[in-house]
Amino acid sequence: MTSDAPRPPPSRRFFGAFGRRELKGLFWQVLVVGIAVAVVVFLWSNTVTNLSARRITTGFAFLGREAGMPIADSLLAYNPRDSYLWAFVVGIANTLRVAVIGIVLATILGTVIGISRLSANWLLSRLAAVYVETLRDIPLLLQLLFWYVLMQALPAARAAWRPIEGVFLSNRGLILPAIPIGTPQLWVLGTAALGLVVFYVIRRRLIAQQMRDGRPRPAWPFGLGLLVVLPAAVSVLLGVSWPIEWPELRGFNFVGGLTLAPEYFALLIALVTYTSAFIAEIVRSGIQSVPRGQWDAANALGLRRSFMLRQIILPQALRVIVPPMTSQYLNLTKNSSLAVAIGYQDVVSVANTTLNQTGQAIEAIALIMAVFLTISLGISFFMNWYNSRIALVER
Amino acid sequence: MTAIADIPEAPRAARRPQIGNPVLRWLRTNLFSSIPNGILSVVLLAVLAKGIFSFAQWGIANAVWLTPANDSSACRAVRGVGACWAIIPEKYRFILFGTYPFDEQWRPALAVLLFIALFYLSTRRTLWRRELAYLWIAALALISMLMWGGILGLSFVSQDRWGGLPVTLILATFGLAFGFPLGILVALGRRSKLPAIRSLSVLYVELIRGVPLVSLLFMASVMFPLFMPNGFNIDKLLRAQVAIILFAGAYLAEVIRGGLQAVPRGQYEAAEALGLSYWRKNRLIVLPQAIRHVIPPLVNTFIAFFKDTSLVLIIGIFDLLTTAKTAIIDPAWQQFSVEVYIFVAGIYFVFCFAMSRYSRSLEATDGR
Repeated sequence: MTSDAPRPPPSRRFFGAFGRRELKGLFWQVLVVGIAVAVVVFLWSNTVTNLSARRITTGFAFLGREAGMPIADSLLAYNPRDSYLWAFVVGIANTLRVAVIGIVLATILGTVIGISRLSANWLLSRLAAVYVETLRDIPLLLQLLFWYVLMQALPAARAAWRPIEGVFLSNRGLILPAIPIGTPQLWVLGTAALGLVVFYVIRRRLIAQQMRDGRPRPAWPFGLGLLVVLPAAVSVLLGVSWPIEWPELRGFNFVGGLTLAPEYFALLIALVTYTSAFIAEIVRSGIQSVPRGQWDAANALGLRRSFMLRQIILPQALRVIVPPMTSQYLNLTKNSSLAVAIGYQDVVSVANTTLNQTGQAIEAIALIMAVFLTISLGISFFMNWYNSRIALVER
Repeated sequence: MTAIADIPEAPRAARRPQIGNPVLRWLRTNLFSSIPNGILSVVLLAVLAKGIFSFAQWGIANAVWLTPANDSSACRAVRGVGACWAIIPEKYRFILFGTYPFDEQWRPALAVLLFIALFYLSTRRTLWRRELAYLWIAALALISMLMWGGILGLSFVSQDRWGGLPVTLILATFGLAFGFPLGILVALGRRSKLPAIRSLSVLYVELIRGVPLVSLLFMASVMFPLFMPNGFNIDKLLRAQVAIILFAGAYLAEVIRGGLQAVPRGQYEAAEALGLSYWRKNRLIVLPQAIRHVIPPLVNTFIAFFKDTSLVLIIGIFDLLTTAKTAIIDPAWQQFSVEVYIFVAGIYFVFCFAMSRYSRSLEATDGR
């Protein structure tokens, strides 16, 4: 045996432990890193020269100065005398407001359309297919401008459309009735949130027990108690009232209720409809990826339809659905930056105004990038955690 | 929720003798298979009929198709009840070609046709050879010559007068032509055994993919002049083009990396056993297989990317969407932006739909 072993190749070693291969690798790495460093140094030195020539001071000191920019529509209290830093925070809140609600709505709409595409009803599945094809093949920015133009073409506040009592649609945006949330209401909602956590823990334990002895233990009585009865009891005990605030027209504008400004509403519609077309395709292919044998087996066991979908089909489809869904959520968040085209003041828009007012281009763009990188990482982290939870547990 | 069509039917149903009128039979199986399904069909039909009727009323019956030049009074008379398609014949030259000198607009028109011919030839599988790369170089050179002029008796047209559809096609095609090789290099870099090259590639891809294209375009339009030595200034269109190439490179790299992962290990080992160098191994053995695996997702990336070129509107470059938006600034026609947007959406749709059909057909034949 030992005599058959290949002889070591003729020595090509130049530097002791380094083989030819390693040396080549080292050469390429030094070359590429060298080029990268040279480019960065070149750009950096140019930037420093240019900035000093234009008398722009670098650094984030400008964030403390008074912003003086108007932000019409914001979640957080803001007035133009606030600092740039606060303007950025308001912008980030606006980005998150459109991204979070957009993700929720796009998921719901996309799932409905994706399932409709698989419907046995020919008309429904064709309509869903046309929806998906049309929206996917037109640029989002064009759709956004289109919705915004439609918003502006709506009648004035006086002649607003009233599709349902208390809901107004006009060129001032969408106005909905609202329930004002104060401290007493927060107590009740807090109880419900606590109830949700407790319910979740109890449900897990019930499922674990069922796993052990196979006897089903319904969790819904706990759910009813913790999520409905307990908050209702707290509400009655504390005497919390839930007045609905109906919007009404006074002069040229509406008073009361919840107003979705036309910019926000157009951006939300555009993002939700566009992204839902992609989500629909993901949901469809996810459901189709479940092998036929699984449907057959569930049918053969005589399971109820809803139980079969919930317990057999969906868990398997989700494994295919979740990873591409993550990138759609990231896309929606990044696409919310198109807000700058219609003047909804998200973080990109605020940064753009800051840049024009102060000339701090590098800082403003660095802030945009930092915000989006953080949001992207956050979404990826959450979705990876969720994905690992639903992933197939193999031996 | 309605029934899902994919549930396997009982084998008995397939063998049942087919009787009765085929039209009625089709209706029964596809629209009225059960009572809830029947109700759904009727409701959908009613909604659809209403939608089509009101659109036809607005878009066809009450529409104004032609008006005397620069006179929108007929359109304003039907505002709200009928479409003003007359804005399209009025403005189409500006929407399609922007501010390109009017008498020379046959040149961008010819360039657009060349682009379409180039795309069409690239989809023919029999032409997927080395010659295709030469064809691309020749066609892009010819297009540059047509657009710029300055030789062969063509007058010179500087690129700040370019606009409309040719600019959209240029941004997309050149972005692709340069982004694709960049993507290949970065994908190889990300799978390289050399730690420095790998981490640089990861950094590049994740940084670009983590931020919106808008911020890259801002960077190109505002920060680029700061990056360059004093007095050295390149054109705005070119700067946006660089941003788009960098953007495309990162996304294409991820798709190509997927393809590289799908190539079996044995292929790498066999190539190494033959004594091929790193570059020859990748060029001759690995990449042809890897790219073939990912042609459908590549086409989908191209579609996304074609649509994304419209974002240059935000930094004021005259692509198709910007010319459309500018065309309706004219006060006489200001109110008819919906018609213009529908027209432009139609152009984008034709290009993207053709590509998505092509991607579908490739998937059906498994890329062979």
